[in-house]
Amino acid sequence: MNNDPVDSRLIQRIRDNPKYQQLVQKRSRFAWRLSILMLIIYYAFILVIAFAPKSLGIKIAAGSVISVGIPIGVFIIVAAFLLTGIYVRRANGEFDELTRQIKEETK
Amino acid sequence: MKLFFASFSGLLGALWTPLLWAAEAAKPETKVNMTAILMFFAFVAVTLGITYWAASRTKTTKDFYAAGGGITGFQNGLAIAGDYMSAASFLGISAMVFAKGYDGLIYSIGFLVGWPVILFLMAEQLRNLGRYTFADIVSFRLSRVPIRTLSALGTLCTVILYLIAQMVGAGQLIRTLFGLPYEYAVIIVGALMILYVAFGGMIATTWVQIIKAVLLLTGATFIALGALHHSGYNLEAFFRAAMEGVKASGLADHKKVVADNKDIFAPGGLVSDPISAISLGMALMFGTAGLPHILMRFFTVANAKEARKSVFYATGFIGYFYILTFIIGFGAVVLVAPNAQYVDMIKGTLQGGNNMAAIHMAHATGGDLFLGFISAVAFATILAVVSGLTLAGASAVSHDIYANAIRGGNVNEQTEMRISKGAALVIGIIAIFLGIQFEKQNVAFMVGLAFAIAASANFPILILSIYWKNLTTRGALIGGSLGLISTVVMVVLSKTVWVDVLGNKAPLFPYKDPAIFSMTLAFVGCWLFSKTDNSQQAARERALFDAQSVRCETGIGAAGASGH
Repeated sequence: MNNDPVDSRLIQRIRDNPKYQQLVQKRSRFAWRLSILMLIIYYAFILVIAFAPKSLGIKIAAGSVISVGIPIGVFIIVAAFLLTGIYVRRANGEFDELTRQIKEETK
Repeated sequence: MKLFFASFSGLLGALWTPLLWAAEAAKPETKVNMTAILMFFAFVAVTLGITYWAASRTKTTKDFYAAGGGITGFQNGLAIAGDYMSAASFLGISAMVFAKGYDGLIYSIGFLVGWPVILFLMAEQLRNLGRYTFADIVSFRLSRVPIRTLSALGTLCTVILYLIAQMVGAGQLIRTLFGLPYEYAVIIVGALMILYVAFGGMIATTWVQIIKAVLLLTGATFIALGALHHSGYNLEAFFRAAMEGVKASGLADHKKVVADNKDIFAPGGLVSDPISAISLGMALMFGTAGLPHILMRFFTVANAKEARKSVFYATGFIGYFYILTFIIGFGAVVLVAPNAQYVDMIKGTLQGGNNMAAIHMAHATGGDLFLGFISAVAFATILAVVSGLTLAGASAVSHDIYANAIRGGNVNEQTEMRISKGAALVIGIIAIFLGIQFEKQNVAFMVGLAFAIAASANFPILILSIYWKNLTTRGALIGGSLGLISTVVMVVLSKTVWVDVLGNKAPLFPYKDPAIFSMTLAFVGCWLFSKTDNSQQAARERALFDAQSVRCETGIGAAGASGH
């Protein structure tokens, strides 16, 4: 409507391509799973802060001043970075290869 | 180009006069820091040189809004980090760790975890569906005029609030660091950002952000290393020293911690109840995914692959930066808090204001020269962020309102660019004016409000338009407006504005962060009024979803990159 309408027959051809359906299914499942994982990690942390803030103050070892909250916090930051790495690796490899094949086949 | 030179030399003159004046008239409490001023001049000279170069390469709207689409994933990752790591995060979060301990980390984690979600659900979709602004994506299927207007409104609200907060912060910071009067500081920041944006567009803005990100990451790394060095790079010794630091501290916050026998390595009273904790978490996480100046950065790369890489690098840089601010904050507890040079032992406050922890840390670890460097970096940080904001605001005016909503997309590129440059000028002047007006106001709530609006107005319509076939113009319009209006109303009635700014006795709305309510309202509004929309237009919009998802998934038909 507002943008250049891509040829509707081309769209139909792409949608009928099993590889397209495979791409959509695989990618969206992967993306949502990782998103939910990130949300669970983060909201678990937030809920602990909301309902049991003291538990993050437990020391990592007897005689240490470091609380478990510190490595947990750093872990969440590192986990966020690693998850993006995992997604980019698969998307820029497997998914982009599928996309390339779809473009090739539906030219 | 002539105009550029005229403004350039005018600005240099304008810069020197107050600086010299300040140098002469400096009062004892506002020392003029010559190293800082010289380093800041070097930064301004380099960035204006880049702006001059960028101006000669900015010929089309694509150059102006999206740097020609030729930025690489790595460069864009750095630029996103430069756009996102504001002086508020650098100074604010390290100061929060300094004063409150573990609570500071809760904020930085919230600011970071939005990024993976942006990558998984939005980055490549933005690149494949949009050209210059996030409204391009929402109006792919939906009706142009109302949707562009709403998106532009959401953009401008976010941008102006964020800008005011940055401007006021800049004025106060520069007054302390450079010994420069508040108004001059605000005017210099405003004038520079107008120059960068109006002449150099996205190319100049990107490079200002990249340089700033490198400077800030380098500077923060050195402060953190200095802090760890003091404890022989032993973490146990470092945190033990922090605990001792609290006991010896002259800061009122720390005395209270000792009196209450609290643990600075555990969550404190910052997040008071479950609703506030969850609401704050939502605003931080989804607000990031709705910030127009951040979303705009995804249009500067050539394709989905580079867009994904951008987020990977950005998340790495930003995460690393937050770990640094955490170390800097606790390092300041060790080195700054017990030292009468930095703390007013009688009043129990930090010299120069409570946001100065990182700045004093620079002095404590690297002396005067390093303090000068970090002060200049803090100034550069503000410039990079306000430039990104101004460009996003100008694009909303020229691309969304003028070119699309008013002219229906039939517009001459040169005219659109002129409008955009004019808009950058006007937004800059408004920001300077409001920055001066708000000098004495408490503006801390404005960044929070900007995030809440981004999360409740921009984010819902954007994510639903990408993923939910049934979204219609009516639903998006009502849902987005509900999100926008309810956020503003709830923030005004909350303690931060109703009590702290307007001086009323008790807040009418009990929570500080409205996101949990306003986001729910926005999503329910979008859902309800789309579901019940049986118009012909709605049917057409739903029918277009297939074409949209093909383009979204494969990038076929996406605005290609010329990539010079």
